[in-house]
Amino acid sequence: MIELRDITKVYKLGEIDLPVLKGISLCINDGEFVSLTGASGSGKSTLMNILGCLDHPTAGEFIIDGKDVAGLNANERALLRNRRIGFVFQNFNLLPRTSALENVMMPASYAHPAPSTAQTHERAVALLELVGLSDRLHHTPAQLSGGQQQRVAIARSLINNPGILLADEPTGNLDSTTSVEVLNMFKQLNRQQGITVILVTHDPKIAAFTDRAINMADGLITEGISSELHPIDA
Amino acid sequence: MKLLPLLMTCLRALVRNPMRAALTILGIIIGIASVVAIMEIGEGSKKQIKEQIASIGADTVIIRPASITKAGVNTGMGGRASIYPEDSDAIQEECRETVLLSSPVVRASGQIVVGNQNWSPGEIAGGNENYFKINSWSIDKGRFYNKKDVESSARVCLIGQTIAKELFADEDPVGKDLRIKDVAFTVIGVLAGKGSGMMGDDQDDVVLLPWTSIRSRLMGSSNEATISTPTSSQSTSEYSSYSTFASSEVNFYPGADLQPYTNTPHPLRFRTVDMLAVQIRNKEDANPAMDEMTKVLRRRHGLVVGELDDFSMFDRAQISKMVTSTSETMSGLLLAVAMISLVVGGVGIMNIMMVSVTERTREIGLRMAVGARPRDIMWQFLLEAVLLCTAGGFLGIGLGRCVSAVVSAKMGWPVSTSPGAMALSVAVAATIGIIFGWYPAHKASQLDPIDALRHE
Repeated sequence: MIELRDITKVYKLGEIDLPVLKGISLCINDGEFVSLTGASGSGKSTLMNILGCLDHPTAGEFIIDGKDVAGLNANERALLRNRRIGFVFQNFNLLPRTSALENVMMPASYAHPAPSTAQTHERAVALLELVGLSDRLHHTPAQLSGGQQQRVAIARSLINNPGILLADEPTGNLDSTTSVEVLNMFKQLNRQQGITVILVTHDPKIAAFTDRAINMADGLITEGISSELHPIDA
Repeated sequence: MKLLPLLMTCLRALVRNPMRAALTILGIIIGIASVVAIMEIGEGSKKQIKEQIASIGADTVIIRPASITKAGVNTGMGGRASIYPEDSDAIQEECRETVLLSSPVVRASGQIVVGNQNWSPGEIAGGNENYFKINSWSIDKGRFYNKKDVESSARVCLIGQTIAKELFADEDPVGKDLRIKDVAFTVIGVLAGKGSGMMGDDQDDVVLLPWTSIRSRLMGSSNEATISTPTSSQSTSEYSSYSTFASSEVNFYPGADLQPYTNTPHPLRFRTVDMLAVQIRNKEDANPAMDEMTKVLRRRHGLVVGELDDFSMFDRAQISKMVTSTSETMSGLLLAVAMISLVVGGVGIMNIMMVSVTERTREIGLRMAVGARPRDIMWQFLLEAVLLCTAGGFLGIGLGRCVSAVVSAKMGWPVSTSPGAMALSVAVAATIGIIFGWYPAHKASQLDPIDALRHE
């Protein structure tokens, strides 16, 4: 359960305060499949960074699993990200010249307590199998297609058993066929494993693919504040 | 983050760009190599100096007469005739705790003649039967002179390698005769070579005789012009009769030349010796021995409290300390230069680490996003720098040892491996890694994950 209460974010540009988020309240239940849309400059990326615990809000409460995490410092946020949130990026962000297996295993090395290398290895192999890459374990990103790379990235995001998957334009660099594959994979993870998936996108078609579309404009949520009020699901 | 995965991460990052890693640590390799080479060469020369010092007798104390001023003229060191051969025996008897061996020493100068060859040796010296041990001479052929030879002023001598080569060429000198100032001596032994001394003098250009033989048979003593102090020596009566005979202007025996005179012992010259050479037990600290010998000599010479010593002592270990410290200063200086090159190498490491941090900003952002704390990133980059430098350290040791091996082979310089220097080099290299890796690592750890992820 993710709950945002009156979240504001103000950037300081010299003397001028630039409010980007102007009091956002939002509730995402466990196991939801939501999208976050909005034009550029709407504060979508800022909200995503706060949701991903990469940034902290200027004011407001941000509650994950019943705990207010708005005031955490950089170290605590890092541990929280490691444990609770899986990231998938538009440009995959795989380590170059490093095998798919090692890329998937990487986040586990920052876990506390750290699992044994054998355990991590076993889990990484299983995850790569889940995303359909069991025959590409030792390929480096350069030897993989875009879709394959993104699937490695999805496997990587799952290595620490996160409750939340945050995907930033995951299909932005992929062709339409592969995009559908990747989106289906997210849906499958959501349906079968009950992982909360938040897709950040500018594409209404992708937003329509999710259960609930949260739309932002000018620092405020215009649509989809709560699943009860605005059910998108057909 | 656990150490092993961290180590693997760093190694993988380094292996990803081996050429750059190699070039980066080149500075460290060269720096460490020069440190190791200098240390090995320095250690070698120190060892050589120690051997030379041992060859001149580092554990010896030289006792000489003090200076005396007469009619306003100071004679300089050794001007007095105040050291007696009996002093040598007394020191050996009474200072057993601190003194190993003692010998009176007399010196002479002159020309040696063998057949139609002649040679002026660097040193003609005489001591008692212990003199070889004190001066750490060893024998090549023949034998040393013994106590009986000393007591009987035997006409025997030993010669050094240089003289054996110059005067006897390929022949075996043992048993042959040579003449010093027209007195014939039989060569009973050839000394083993010592090589050049610390000051570059040839230590093998030497003739050793019993000191009594020099005193009684060779006139040219360095003590001839000295001023005798009154003494209680036992041989004054003999002295006068010979003196009368030798200085007589009346020629009782026509036809007699200087030959019989030089062949006859002269008690006058028995009274004092040029100096004493004393081998002490503890070569690290000569002071206890010197204090004890001073007491014995002051008592024997009848000096009252307040009177100055009529002798002076010189600890040869002081020379060795001086020469050692000179060579240490030199290698210290070279080491400082090598250290500078290490610092330059360290700056190179820092430069490349900075570039690496910039280049891998996205990677840092990703690692932070998936849960790396700032300190994890810090450790990663710091360990990378330390690994680079340590590898450079080991390679540098290899290169340095090659350099010192080549130097010793081509230039004949002595080298000596020093495990301490190698351990130190690796430690220094790792320290450089920490010092110069810290700033880039710190910078990496302070990156904002959002900005870092967006970095192009």
